[in-house]
Amino acid sequence: MKKYKKGSWKGLLFVLPSLAGVSLFWLIPSMDVVRRSFFGAVSGEFTGIQNYVAVFENRAFRLAAMNTLRFFLVCIPLLVCLSLLIAVILTRQKKMQQLLKSTFLLPMAIPVASVVLLWKLLFHKRGILNGVLAALSLPALDWMNTDASFYVLVASYLWRNLGYDMILWMAGLAAIPQALYEAAKVDGAGEWKCFLSITLPNLMPSFFTITVLSLLNAFKVFREAYLVAGDYPQESMYLLQHLFNNWYRELSLDKMSAAAVVTGAVILGLIILLWKTWGKEQ
Amino acid sequence: MKIKYLLNGILAALVFLAVFPILFTVAGSIMGSQELKQVLEPFLTGEGGYISWKFLPLYPTLRAYIEVLLDSPEFFVMFWNSVKITAGVLVGQILIGVPAAWGFAKYKFPGKNVLFLIYIALMMMPFQVLMLSNYLVLDGLGLLDTLAGIILPGIFSTFPVFIMYRFFEGIPAALLEAARIDGAGEWLCFWKLGIPLGSPGIISALVLGFLEYWNLIEQPMAFLKNKELWCLSLYLPEIDASQAGKAFAVSVIVLIPAVLVFLAGQDYLEQGIISTAIKE
Repeated sequence: MKKYKKGSWKGLLFVLPSLAGVSLFWLIPSMDVVRRSFFGAVSGEFTGIQNYVAVFENRAFRLAAMNTLRFFLVCIPLLVCLSLLIAVILTRQKKMQQLLKSTFLLPMAIPVASVVLLWKLLFHKRGILNGVLAALSLPALDWMNTDASFYVLVASYLWRNLGYDMILWMAGLAAIPQALYEAAKVDGAGEWKCFLSITLPNLMPSFFTITVLSLLNAFKVFREAYLVAGDYPQESMYLLQHLFNNWYRELSLDKMSAAAVVTGAVILGLIILLWKTWGKEQ
Repeated sequence: MKIKYLLNGILAALVFLAVFPILFTVAGSIMGSQELKQVLEPFLTGEGGYISWKFLPLYPTLRAYIEVLLDSPEFFVMFWNSVKITAGVLVGQILIGVPAAWGFAKYKFPGKNVLFLIYIALMMMPFQVLMLSNYLVLDGLGLLDTLAGIILPGIFSTFPVFIMYRFFEGIPAALLEAARIDGAGEWLCFWKLGIPLGSPGIISALVLGFLEYWNLIEQPMAFLKNKELWCLSLYLPEIDASQAGKAFAVSVIVLIPAVLVFLAGQDYLEQGIISTAIKE
């Protein structure tokens, strides 16, 4: 047991109003959801893991989970690498650095609703993108109604989050002591060598946090997907978020609670990973 | 040297990609209805080539804005709903969240680490995971289909607490010790030292919060059945493509506050983003 000084409750007083609200609105209901996931929605009887079995046997859940997983595996590495590349370029760009930084961050501020119509016009069968492809003598695609819709999601995600990740990388890059590079140059190391043996290893702590933040932001791609394509979009862009939304409308509370616990547990696992990397850093 | 040109080319292309939605939407909003109809014909009828967009309308007009501002009473209802939600959440987050962040950053108390871990875990859960719990509370409290049902859970979001915590953490302990020796109480320390020195953190949380709540979609969509309570982000996709001019004008009007906050609070936005990931 740690011993606390007299008056240690003072800090708790500052936290108390927030804690009360967080408990009421988030914490207690979340625990209730965990409890519900083991009970039948209608009968109210304890059903053990039956809800979980039902969720994993559900075709829509499997489709949505696979799509979500596939989406994460494609777009997160792409975003993390692309934003690192741009961060490196921008760090070396002395001219207009601030202006470029703001410009790349701008999409993050643009409300989703404002670009919905644009997205529709862009990716329509007779839309702007296909017009550009036709001008380049490339075949047109029906973006929203074929498997290509998956790439519409990836593109939306990259567009919105590139600046966010770039800012994080640039902060990581700025924290590397300049003296390391100078010493390496004295020893005759080239640019590429410097990048591989100084920049990359020093960025490792940022790497994990950026990956996890990118993952959390990836859930928000649902906003574009939903507003552009509605409740039941083309199959390859049907995500877990759509499924939750549809189950909510049908009030399938038992399935929803089990699926929420499963998804929450997976994310919690990642948070623990993040926590450990933060621990290492200190 | 060739690489340099290549890099500049990539940067230029990316700059275009980042800003073109704004240029595009503004162009659409000042295009005359005839011209717009002509441009969008392939989209509306499904025939005749592809849409080829013009960034410079032939006959610029503000008619679409006039239609929105003078002839669309529903627009104002939704506009004020958006304002109420955003303002309500942000004011509440400051009143409740700032002391909480201070308490977590500057005091030790039993159970603090566990509590803070719970705060972080909640902050990282996507809305869909918490959707059912949110519904259960609102249903229990009779707040479904009310603006309070959107605002109150937003006030107790743990994300701003975390952001401000990171900034308060950076205030040197020696400074507080000195103030206490001079006889300042805990409240005075918070009020006279914490708030002024932590203000960049507070502003960061506000800027990030504004962009989030001005853009709110999932919660109103799930919990507001009554259309009179809807906010702009639900109203916009409802406008039919045959009224594209109006849709573009509303898009621009929604865009303006977000871009202004972005430009004014950009340094704080950057600091806020960085504080979520990198420990200084």
